[in-house]
Amino acid sequence: MKSGAKRYLLLALLAAVVISFFSAYFNRYYLGVTIDVGINIILAVSLNLINGHTGQFSLGHAGFMAVGGYIAAKFSLMLSPALPPWAQPLIFGAGLLLGGSVAALTGLAVGVPTLRLYGDYLAIVTLGFGEIIRVFFQTTETFGAATGLTGIPNWTNFGWAWGSAAICVFVVTCLVNSTYGRGFIAVNDDEIAASASGVNPVRYKVTAFVIGAFFAGIAGGLYAHHKSFLSPTGFDFMKSIDIVVMVILGGMGRTVGVIIAAILLTLLPEYLREFSDYRMILYALLIIIIMITRPQGLFTFGFKVRNSK
Amino acid sequence: MKRALNLWLGSLALTPVLLFLITGCNPSGGGRGDVIKIGEFASLTGKEATFGQSSHEGTVLAIEEINAAGGVLGKQIELLTEDTQSKAGEPATVVNKLISRDGVVGVLGEVASSRSLEAAPICQQNKIPMVSPSSTNPKVTEVGDYIFRVCFIDPFQGTVMANFATRTLHATRVAIFTDVKSDYSKGLAKFFKDQFLKNGGQIVAELDFNGGDKDFKGQLTAIKAANPEAVFVPGYYTDAALIAIQAKQLGLNVPLLGGDGWESEKLTEIGKEAVEGDYFSTHYSAEVGSEMSRAFVANYQKRWKGKRPDALAACGYDSALVLVDAIRRAGSTDGAKVRDALAATRDFKAVTGTITINAQRDASKSAVILTIRDGKYKYLETIEP
Amino acid sequence: MTEFLQQLINGLALGAIYALIALGYTMVYGILRFINFAHGDVFMLGAFAGLFLTPVVQRFFPPQSYLGGIVVLLLAMAICTGFGILIEILAYRPLRNRPKLTVLITAIGVSLFIEYTCQHRLVFGAAPRKFPDLIPVTTWNVDQLVVSSTQVIVFVTTILLLIILRFIVQKTRMGTAMRAVSFNEQAAALMGVNINSIISFTFGLGSALAAAGGILFAMSYSSIDPLMGVQTGLKAFVAAVVGGIGNLPGAALGGILIGVIETFAGGIPGLSNYRDGIAFTILIVVLIFRPTGLLSKPQVEKV
Repeated sequence: MKSGAKRYLLLALLAAVVISFFSAYFNRYYLGVTIDVGINIILAVSLNLINGHTGQFSLGHAGFMAVGGYIAAKFSLMLSPALPPWAQPLIFGAGLLLGGSVAALTGLAVGVPTLRLYGDYLAIVTLGFGEIIRVFFQTTETFGAATGLTGIPNWTNFGWAWGSAAICVFVVTCLVNSTYGRGFIAVNDDEIAASASGVNPVRYKVTAFVIGAFFAGIAGGLYAHHKSFLSPTGFDFMKSIDIVVMVILGGMGRTVGVIIAAILLTLLPEYLREFSDYRMILYALLIIIIMITRPQGLFTFGFKVRNSK
Repeated sequence: MKRALNLWLGSLALTPVLLFLITGCNPSGGGRGDVIKIGEFASLTGKEATFGQSSHEGTVLAIEEINAAGGVLGKQIELLTEDTQSKAGEPATVVNKLISRDGVVGVLGEVASSRSLEAAPICQQNKIPMVSPSSTNPKVTEVGDYIFRVCFIDPFQGTVMANFATRTLHATRVAIFTDVKSDYSKGLAKFFKDQFLKNGGQIVAELDFNGGDKDFKGQLTAIKAANPEAVFVPGYYTDAALIAIQAKQLGLNVPLLGGDGWESEKLTEIGKEAVEGDYFSTHYSAEVGSEMSRAFVANYQKRWKGKRPDALAACGYDSALVLVDAIRRAGSTDGAKVRDALAATRDFKAVTGTITINAQRDASKSAVILTIRDGKYKYLETIEP
Repeated sequence: MTEFLQQLINGLALGAIYALIALGYTMVYGILRFINFAHGDVFMLGAFAGLFLTPVVQRFFPPQSYLGGIVVLLLAMAICTGFGILIEILAYRPLRNRPKLTVLITAIGVSLFIEYTCQHRLVFGAAPRKFPDLIPVTTWNVDQLVVSSTQVIVFVTTILLLIILRFIVQKTRMGTAMRAVSFNEQAAALMGVNINSIISFTFGLGSALAAAGGILFAMSYSSIDPLMGVQTGLKAFVAAVVGGIGNLPGAALGGILIGVIETFAGGIPGLSNYRDGIAFTILIVVLIFRPTGLLSKPQVEKV
């Protein structure tokens, strides 16, 4: 299984890089949207680890994305003028990892105090953390405060975005399907039974937050270098909700479903631009209808609908 | 079995993405055919919808009038509007779409400096001229030589109000109440403060609020305790009206000062007696306004069912006018030629005043100071740049 | 000292409104165990209902009279009760047995739907509107302190509604049924309680409170717009959680607490720009020490 998965990863990475080479032939708008899709896949899959696999209801994912984005952007802005063009990919990669790591630390900071909270309490606290992070960036001059950071070099291309997405999916899937990873699902199913069986819920919950936050941070860095601009308002709880909707629609815990949902929810608003006046109204209506008719997620087949506890 | 299903689903999922990508392989031309396409991006929904909708209504009116008069270069103009939903991240996508897929020859937008800043590099890279109606952060036009604006910038407006406070109001102790979420507000506040201090004045209190909040009593109580002679509130009318009301309720009976974000009929409609005697700077006044601005107000009311235009609508109107005029003078829709024509705009008669585009690609035009008396705006003075 | 008292008065008035909305959140949560994200939007609808009702009512009653004001309030509450029940029947009832997450997302969808529809040009439009003066306003100046009659009315009305609510919940049959459903839905059904009508009743009651909050808010702050429910609703929800979600006095306490602390924080120069984050910081601090909220009893989880 492992070697098979590695093969898929290498294939995916190769495909991403090859398509990237042809970037110039694609229309900038369409290319831009597909990069958005790649970034959203990372966000959705990383949140899925926290919400879906481990059952921790987190509503503050945009906060981690913000941390990763701002750190990576600041890093690039500080270093890029001084460096020759060939060093750019290195700086970019380093910046992304740095952003992801700081985001992971933030994940730790959020995961630990929330250990004793469940369900809706957890949701509201994570939402609170997300808002506090946003307010922090909104008031700190180093990060541009209300104006935001401008002039971030536009280094994200198809290869980076989808390559990172492939790596993220690989890591999360391998993690969850491993023996260690069964712990996540155990904690999700029944925490007390899990701890009685020797599975440490604390470790798993915190790990889920840390890894989820790390990838969200990477996504944030990619986002920053894609839009070339970061504004604190882009990371408010509506953004977190956008990602949560992707996870729910995809069926919590089903990685493939979540990926499809991410693709759909990024492309759909673009197709709906024809109805620009009613676009958001239709989007909201769609969410309601899908939830009522297929609440187990659009892409879960043969999955029993769980009744509320 | 599950693995195979997953793989199957996965490939199925990626197909629309690839299709999407490949659809865009053929870029479409710009001014081809019988229409000239101009793009507009504005926040028509979301938190700043009220400003985006205003600006949009002004722009639409301008384009309709131009088309009725025969269009430009013998062709009709097609205005393609995209909604940025007041969200960051949208301008980049949307402007890319307007330029790369729809093939517009010029872009109008946005009201919020942050969203203009996001879109500007894209327009610059693609050599498509961009004209912002009301973004006042100096950085916007610094992005490149294809980016213009038809309004004055924060440094100018902030200084105007500071000098007014010192020279006309003879105030030496002023409090500043800033919208921390708005970079327009913070910019204005900063330049006001710099100039006011240079004039020898004293800032007795500096407090912040969040645009969109309704309750300001906490901050206003603290401001009252600092005993200022005036309070500078560089925000939008949505907040200014409420701030004025609550200030009077708390017994803070000093004049409030503001910028062009105040200008709207809503200010007096919501604020009523509370805004009497307050002052603000803006682009034009109906009293000293040209026949053009009077005609604009009348036409706007006719087109949008009795609604009175605010400053943002007037700027939206002018941005369209200036861009189309540049296309006309350039004699073509070629990006570089339109850019040169825009840069050469001199003494262009617009609704918000006479516009000359200066070397920084900002509009060099005068500001007027208005006060509110008996529920109406009363003209006080004009400040030249 | 004067400043302190003034801030206290301001804070109590603001807190009272948060409390009213928080009560609605907490009631629905207590019975149904889910967060009705659309609650803040019912608050907004109540304010707009008041906006449109006032000119009509003022044809029958003298303008700016207390009687007229009460009529508008009651009518708005009635209209929103209808809205609340409608939302429940259309969007939440089909999901009665689903995981809570599903209903939550649906609630978010409903909230977005209401907001975007109301922002549309053909409905209310995004621009803020002036809320008419429903009742005569007087200001009392005691020393340097300023107290507006509106603030007093808001506070008094909230207390009144709280008392009425408590009466309904503790002393009436409907109230007893509500409490039964919140303890154990299946047992209550076995006892002959009609679950559907109780749930509808709860939603209706909560929506009425939200509408009242909307009218009082509009009276206090004069300007209403389709997105007014977002921030206020969120803070009220935080208030409900701080007080212990499912706990009525807790919601009221949480509301007042957040209102007061927010107001004081607003007056402190360095802190005022963090105002948005204050409510959440209070939340996190409270939940770290008392994970189920201030007034709620920690629940023992049975194995």
